This record gives sequence, structure tokens and C-alpha cells, in this order.
Amino acid sequence: MLQMPETVHLPERDRPWMMRTYAGHSDAERSNELYRRNLEKGQTGLSVAFDLPTQTGYDPDHELARGEVGKVGVSIAHEGDMRALVKGIPLDQMNTSMTINATAAWLLALYIVAAENQDPPIRESDLQGTTQNDILKEYLSRGTYAFPPAPSMRLIADTIAYTVKNVPKWNPINICSYHLQEAGATPVQEIAYAMSNAVAVLDAVRERVPDDLMGSVFGRISFFVNAGVRFVEEHAKLRAMSQLWDELGQRRYGVRDDKHRRFRYGVQVNSLGLTEAQPENNVYRIALEALAVTLGRDVRARAVQLPAWNEALGLPRPWDQQWSLRLQQVLAYETDLLEYPDIFEGSHVMEGLVAELVAGAREEMARVAELGGAVQAVDYMKSALVDSHRERWRRIESGELTVVGMNRFQSTEPSPLTADADGGILVVDPAVEAQQQAALERWRAQRDQAAVDSALAELGRVARDDAENIMPATIAAARAGATTGEWSQTLRDVFGEYRAPTGVGEAAAVSGADLAELRDEVERLSDALGRRLKFLVGKPGLDGHSNGAEQIAVRARDAGMDVVYEGIRLTPSQIASSAAQEGVHVIGLSILSGSHAELIPSVLEALADAGVENVPVVVGGIIPAADAAALRQAGVAAVYTPKDWDLNAMMRDIIGLVRERHDVDTAAPA
Amino acid sequence: MSAGSADGRELGERLRAGDLSAAAAVLNLVENRGDAARGQTEALLAAVSPAALGQEAPGQIVGVTGPPGVGKSSLLSRLVAAWRARDRSVAVLAVDPSSRRSGGSLLGDRARIERDPSDLGVFIRSTAAGDRLGGLAPATRAAATALACAFDVVVIETVGVGQSETEVADVADAVAVVVQPGSGDVLQFLKSGIMEIPDVLVVTKADLGPIAMRALADLRAALRSLGSDQTAVVAVSSISPPAGIDELIEALDVHQSQLDLGARRARSRRLHALADYAAEHGDRGLRALGGRREAERWLESRNPGRDVAALRHDLEQRALR
Repeated sequence: MLQMPETVHLPERDRPWMMRTYAGHSDAERSNELYRRNLEKGQTGLSVAFDLPTQTGYDPDHELARGEVGKVGVSIAHEGDMRALVKGIPLDQMNTSMTINATAAWLLALYIVAAENQDPPIRESDLQGTTQNDILKEYLSRGTYAFPPAPSMRLIADTIAYTVKNVPKWNPINICSYHLQEAGATPVQEIAYAMSNAVAVLDAVRERVPDDLMGSVFGRISFFVNAGVRFVEEHAKLRAMSQLWDELGQRRYGVRDDKHRRFRYGVQVNSLGLTEAQPENNVYRIALEALAVTLGRDVRARAVQLPAWNEALGLPRPWDQQWSLRLQQVLAYETDLLEYPDIFEGSHVMEGLVAELVAGAREEMARVAELGGAVQAVDYMKSALVDSHRERWRRIESGELTVVGMNRFQSTEPSPLTADADGGILVVDPAVEAQQQAALERWRAQRDQAAVDSALAELGRVARDDAENIMPATIAAARAGATTGEWSQTLRDVFGEYRAPTGVGEAAAVSGADLAELRDEVERLSDALGRRLKFLVGKPGLDGHSNGAEQIAVRARDAGMDVVYEGIRLTPSQIASSAAQEGVHVIGLSILSGSHAELIPSVLEALADAGVENVPVVVGGIIPAADAAALRQAGVAAVYTPKDWDLNAMMRDIIGLVRERHDVDTAAPA
Repeated sequence: MSAGSADGRELGERLRAGDLSAAAAVLNLVENRGDAARGQTEALLAAVSPAALGQEAPGQIVGVTGPPGVGKSSLLSRLVAAWRARDRSVAVLAVDPSSRRSGGSLLGDRARIERDPSDLGVFIRSTAAGDRLGGLAPATRAAATALACAFDVVVIETVGVGQSETEVADVADAVAVVVQPGSGDVLQFLKSGIMEIPDVLVVTKADLGPIAMRALADLRAALRSLGSDQTAVVAVSSISPPAGIDELIEALDVHQSQLDLGARRARSRRLHALADYAAEHGDRGLRALGGRREAERWLESRNPGRDVAALRHDLEQRALR
């Protein structure tokens, strides 16, 4: 009798992962409209992008909010904004991911109150979604922190303790390895630092919930990972994380229920590897990266959001985002991906790769533990990331690492995709800032001020009492009509402010033939100037993406310059005052959030006010060509964008600019 | 061709008139190694010398030093705020020890000091340590001397232990050594004499409670056993809510009021002149003076009011005999 082989197909095709698009801009009304359109297109969950003032706890009328209102996301200043954001979207049927960290407790409270105010009212126990709520990676990479580490960890622990009891379907935290990779992490570092971060969070929560709840707490912790274009290794990385997470649950926290120990994650694939040169190639990169997180069934992503092909050029338009959503839909609905069990089962290669990553990660986790855990080890991890990023950059510059269209195969036909009048990007209406400020005025005028005052006073009291949970007082303040800035300022008054380490001071010095030449040039120019060439690297505004500025600072140091780098979130007047006091010869400003058009002229003005003369200013960032021309018109000496990847060439430019301004001749001796 | 063409005498006059906005130009000048600039620096120092002022420059020069990572910058941030609250102007000269293998350096210390950029009463300048790790930048002595005639407080911040406080003591009116609880090496350095006894010992992280208090007691005991009751020992906490900052300022003020300022500043000028001389003429130059100690002794015989350039000139003349 003929034996039929056992089928390798699943009895039933798997349900696809949740499909989201990281979206939001301008104000709540415009973003709500965008969300509804996206849902009509087959998107199955929401992913809210907030603007930087909302993320860092400032109202739209705060000095630091200038140029940033509604820029990289939607501005949410109070409960009315949140209600408008989710209007017509029944929240008991929606799964909403909020990329919000320092102010996560506040935005969650606004969401809970907005749900109460929907018609019909939705109870908090019916809400589903996630708050990113991961502060350590803000210190390490993303930069939207507001408070020092200890109180920040408390806020995280409080939101977890609160949601486990009251919003049981909510994922209160996404441990983010995503931004570590963006900051240059190797796969081993990405795994190790994310796991160490999770340990720090769980240890903090353990002190604030009863023991019998730890299983559920562990089960509510999810991850937000990255996937680069090396998609085989990236897939192995996820398997390694899954294995370590399971072990951690069993051994460190005694979690018995297998379901609670399952490694659950959402993903946004890599932005670091997306290029400005020949940007259409990014579509392929994104597709391959999407495979990394969906190929193997055992570690398939729960939720996926893909970047748009033109992210290195500026903010993506709705059409660009639709194109990325369609990629997910083709993968899920047209291919046979969801018809099989785990396709890597029994693969020696995959097993070996996973074992390598696990071993490396264990070693690195032990190092972090030795330093006293992830909170204590922020300085160490930060400088390790700066070093890794620098190594990556060195490999790109030397050609060891190929980036198609950027450092290899550069010749290209003109792209019809970027030929449009708008340059292929979304431009946020600059009137949004003033509109939001006026709307905020109206909100403040119509609310019961006494109720707000007493709610904030109560919030301050709770903040001072470490034993209490911050959430009830936060929800009460949201109901009373307090604003994002008021909630944050109340906590800043109690907790203090914080500046994260820059990681650049510890970065090891490197050398090379190219650098030796640069150093000679710097020496000659310094001799002519009388003192060493001094370079201020500044990050104006709220943009926390400091990876580029850090690499510039380290390279300038390695080229022999004295470099003043103060980290992120500086006002124009702070930059001007530093430039004046430090007596720098040249200034480099970095902005990736798109607020260069507002902020750079302000810095130039402040420099003039501070009497800084004859000091060339160069600017780097995601800057469309039209804007670059306007900046040069305003007095900027040079503009650099992601296509300027040769840092030594940039250094030579900078040296040349100073030489020109001081009219000195430092040609190399023949 | 050199950018160091600022007028030293004019800068000195601005400082004497209390013009704090001259500080950046003063630093640009004293850091300049060009020949023209060196002459102007001498003119600047002459314009702010006791002879020109009729007294020692009135500002308080405070050295703040200690091992890396003990919280010096956070402490400084609190100190600056507290001095400003007392309406005293502050200049901070942060000497950064960062790597100079490439010749370059990363100067990040000013970031840790919170300040209002519109407040001219706070001036912060970062300088690379030069070739000597943890040592004073060559220009720091001149800068401190000059700024002390316009600013109420001049802070020199350096990193290290065992060497740096000695060098800072050559310039500053008071040296505060900052340590954190549990740093037994400082105790050892004190006992073994590797480290000179500072004017003020600061123990950070007082929020740690018992550990900080034990460190305080240990240091006091060590100082007693060395026969030094003069050194104040203060515990501070720089995180919110801050503690001990007022006590530290008080201890520094008490030290200043009990100090023979003329003698200390005259010594500082002698050592400054000798350092400049040694940098220029090297070991051979020192041998011509009968060695460093002999040169110091001879300088003590000179008029204590002489400024640095005059003293250096004296040394050069003597070496020619």
C-alpha cells in the first residue's frame, strides 16, 4: 500500500500579524483623518507618532517647542486633543501603539479618559494597545527623556503595576532594542542591552506588585525590535532573544506559565540603512528586512510597521506609507508564508547562528550586571554604542561594507520618484504651531482652573511619595483638563532635570593614513591660528537623534581638533553662549527632525547677538535641497545630508572654511 | 597672520572695570601660543598685577579636583547656582583630561553645569589638559590670575588624584578635593603622603546616608592622625534635593578669610614664572639656576609684588650670570 507523506502544511493558514503604520502629524483632527483612511486601506492597528514637545513634556507654547509643533508627529496637549485624535474609532475594538516614553504615564491617562468620554463610553479594562515607555533607550539613543533615571524607572514601574490590575489587555512597556541598532548596536549588543534593560524594569516592578502578579507582569512585557538588511542573522537574533527571554522568566522570575514566557514583539524595520542616494532601492531593503521578522513561525512578529522608501529625504507622505503597507499585505496575503510551521526547525546553520549570538549576549549581559545593572551601566552602554557605530561607519568609508548606490554602484539615471515639485516628501504646514498655541489658549480659558490646580497639587504630593502609584493622580489631572506641559513641569519640579551621557568622551581614539593627513592639516592651521582649532558641535531643539552628531564629534577629535559637544536639546541662545565663551573657530549644527528651517536662523541670530563673528556655521541633517539653498542664503557655510557619508571629506571642508575665514595659508610644504 | 592680536592692556583694563564680557577674549589671548600673543599676555598680566591694582585681585580662586566619576561636575553645577543666588559672579575653567593621542580632545564638561545663557555672571571655558594628563593647561594659570580681578569666584576644575591637586594648589587660594564614599585610595594617598592635604575635602553622594557618613568619619580620623585640624570635611548631595552646598561655600569662605592672600598669591606668581621659564628653557635652564628648589628659594627673595613676566625676566637674567 502506498504511504502518503505526512503533510508539512499547517492545518489552517495562520492569521497575519497586526499591520500598522507609524503615523501622525500636525494636529489631532488631521491625524484622525489620516488614521481613518489608513484603516480603510486594510491597516489593522494604530501606531501614533507624537511630536517632540509632546514626547518630552512641553506645551506647544514653550520656548523649546519652537519649530517642532506637529512636525515629527501629532501634538497632543490635553485630553481634548486625545479625544479628537481617536474620534469615530471605537477604542474597545482598536489596538493602539503609542510611541511615548518619558510622558507615557500621562498619554496613557489621556487615552483612558478619552475612552471614557467616547459615546458609548469605553471602560479602561477593555482597552488594548501599548505604550513604548522604555526610558533607558532614550538615554542611550533616542533622546526624548525628561526626568532622571530613578524617578523615570518608578514611573515605568507604576504604569506596569497599574495596568496589570486595571487595564489587563494593555502592554504597558515595549522594551526597545530598535533604537539600539539605530545607534549602531551589533546584534549581540542589541540582544544584551535589551535583555539587561528588561531585567532592570522587572526588578523595579517586583518591588511594587505582589509576588503572585509577577507571572502576569512578565507576560505583559513586550519588545520592540529592529531588523537590518542582513536578514538571516537578524532572524537568528530574534530566536536568540526568544531563548534568553524564556530563560530569564524561568530562572530569575520563576514564571511557570509557558504563555507568560513567550517572547512577544512588534517591529519597525531598519532606518539606519536607508539611503538618500537612489532612495528607490530602500524598497528592496525594507522587503528583505520584513522577511527577517516574519520568516520563522516560532518567532514571528506580532505587529509590523515598515518605514517608507523616502525617510532619508524627509517626512513620508500618505502615499509613501501606503506603499509600505501594501508590502506587508503582499507578504501576508499573496505569499505562502503563513501556511507552514517554523521553516527553520532542524536547521543546523540557524541553530549555530543562534548559539553564537546567545553566547555573545550572555557575556555582554554579565558585563552590564557587573556594573550594577542597566541603569548604572548607561554610561558604559552609551560609549560602547558610539564605538560600534563608529566601526560601522569606518567600514562604509573603507568600502568593507557595501551600501548599494551609496559607496558602490553610484552611477544612476535621474529618479522620476523625486522629480515632483514637492521633492517627494510631506511638508507640515508651518501655521500648525500658531494654531496649536491658540487652541491651547482656548482650552486653558474654558477649563475649571481651581480643579486643575488642585489636581496638579495632588500629583506633586504623590510624586514626592515614592510608595504611591502615580497613575490615579495622573488620570485625575487628565480629567481636570491639565496640559502635557503642566503634568511634566509638576514632575520636573519634584524629580529634577537630567542630561544623559553623550558617550563621546570615552570613545577610543583611532588612527589611519587618511587621519594622519588630516591631523597634519589641523596642526598647521592651529599653529597659524595660535591655538588649537576648536569646533562646537551643537544639537538645537528637541530632536534627540544624536548618533550623527556624536560621530562627527568623535571624528573631529580624532582629526586633532578640540571639540566642544554638550549633547542634545540646546536652545539657540545656549549654543551661542557656548560658542562665545569657548572661543570656537567653527560651529556644526545637527537637526534630523525637520525643524531646521525655524531653528537654524534662530541660532544664527543668537550668534550675532552674542558677538560671535567670523565663525562659519555648517549644518547637517535630513534637509531637502530647497531648504538647503535657503539656509545657505541665510548665512550657513555648508549643508550636509545623509548622502555625505565620507566624514573625512567633511572634516577637510571644515578645515578649509576656517582657513578661508582667517585668511591663512597653510598649504603643505612641498 | 596670527589671530592673537588682541590688546592685552586693554583687556586688563576692561577686567579692572568689572567687564565680565571680556572673559572670552582673555581666554582666546592667553591660550594663544603665537609670539605676538605672548607679549600681549604679559601686558594683560601686568595690567592686573598687584602693582597695577594696588592690591591682590579680589576674586576667590578655588581649585576643585578629584578622581573621574565622583560627581565633580554635578557638584559644580550646584555650586555655581548657589554662588549666583548670593549674587557672586563665577568663572569656571574646566581642564579636561580627554585623550590627546590625536592632539585633539572632546570637551563636554560645560554640559553638566546648568546655567542661564543670558547670565553674564557665569563664564565657563573648557580647555584640554595639554600633554600632561590631569595637569593644568598652560594657559590656566594666566587665565585664573586675570579673571580673579573681575569675577567674584574663579573655579579651576581638574581631574585626577595625587598630582592634580598639587598643581592646582600652585594657582588656587583654596583646593577642594572631591571624593565619593568608599574610595579608600584617597585615604591611602593622604596617609602615605602621595597626596597633599587639601584645604577642603568634599564627600559626594551624601544621599547614600550611612555610607557617606562613614566616609566622612574615616577622612576626619585620617586627618586627625596626620595632625591636620585645619581641613574642613563636608558631605554634599547634588541630586534633588541638594544638600551640603551652603556648608561647602561657608567652608571655602572661612578658609579665604583666614588666608594670608598676599603670601599665597605671591607664591603662585613665583611658581607661574618658574613654570613658564622651565617650559621655555627646559632642564638645562633649570640647571643654570642651580636646580628647581634653588630657583624657588631665590625667587622668594624677590619683591612679592612683582608680576609673572618680571619674575620670569629675573630668572632669565640670573641664568645668564
